[in-house]
Amino acid sequence: MSVHQLINLEKVQEIVERHGYNKNKLIAILQGIQAVYHYLPAEALKTLSKLLKIPLIDIISVATFYRAFSLTPKGQHVATVCMGTACHVRGAPKILEEFERQLNIRREETTEDGQWSLETVACLGCCAIGPVVVVDGDYHAHTSIRKVPTILNKYRK
Amino acid sequence: MITMKMNGVEVKAEEGWTILETAKFYGLEIPTLCHHEGLTPYGACRLCLVEIGEGPRAKLVSSCTYPAEEGLVVHTDTKRVVQARRMMIELMLSVAPYSKTIQDLASKFGVTRMRFKIRNEECILCGLCVRMCEEQMDGKAIGFQNRGYQRKISTPFDLRSEECRLCGGCIYICPACQLRCQGPQAESALCNACLTMDPTCLDYYDELQCWMYDAGRCGTCVREKK
Repeated sequence: MSVHQLINLEKVQEIVERHGYNKNKLIAILQGIQAVYHYLPAEALKTLSKLLKIPLIDIISVATFYRAFSLTPKGQHVATVCMGTACHVRGAPKILEEFERQLNIRREETTEDGQWSLETVACLGCCAIGPVVVVDGDYHAHTSIRKVPTILNKYRK
Repeated sequence: MITMKMNGVEVKAEEGWTILETAKFYGLEIPTLCHHEGLTPYGACRLCLVEIGEGPRAKLVSSCTYPAEEGLVVHTDTKRVVQARRMMIELMLSVAPYSKTIQDLASKFGVTRMRFKIRNEECILCGLCVRMCEEQMDGKAIGFQNRGYQRKISTPFDLRSEECRLCGGCIYICPACQLRCQGPQAESALCNACLTMDPTCLDYYDELQCWMYDAGRCGTCVREKK
């Protein structure tokens, strides 16, 4: 655990230095931390609060306000199903259910082996190609229930 | 000096005053809940709503955060204001029905029914404790977390905060997480026992004291005398 913490500290320090210890860049720094660990570890936030001289509660307020940040560990791959109006009427809820069945988790959860996280999003802005599923930043257009296993297998290797 | 009109009376406010402070100075009562003199205005409870402007362009603003402006026309007790206040009390009551402060407000403003589901969260998110902790106690141990219907006040990671000195300031100032009035114990979530008692324990303005010269009828103070 101590080794893990040491690594944490260095990385956090590095990210904060890159942003010049600027309090106003808190969100950018949090995004940087999330990019490294795939979530916001408690230890990292405590270190950040000391480095930036921001009260810890303020960092937590920001981190819990935005859906993009997570305080619990995320899986290796993150599947995001668009549940916006356009995708919704084209069957996004059924696609989400298929993901839940295939991965054996509920929405906003992570599989036990830490491989997959399933998330929903209100709208991605690309309604023309809906229903949309985003996996690790790749957009999968015109998804259907039948395409779900294909999408999952692509990342399972 | 800023000159403005309040309930048809010309009033003068000093630079930097809010509508609420001006009203207080002139003895006009505006109910508040999340306002405290030692803390920064927050505008969360919406009890201090007043109507500014005239005619169809009149709008409701929270007087504790709205600064006094030259030539502003303010009405503190129009029908619209009273209705909005009652709605706010009703909403807050459904979240924290055990609060004496909110029960008293309900009786005072004639809220006699509650159409919302009782949630017993005992927190109306007025932010008094957060401001108390930060501004008066210099603690910064608690704050708002999450958003929307999941919004809550807590310490980081819901654990005992290192900054907390157990001063109890947050509990002292909280209007919601307190015991209900120890007087007559009503069965229902909405007490209103003050209304059935005579003399009532709430304040009542008679014809002479009433600012509106309309004692009891405008609905701002308690009720008509029996």
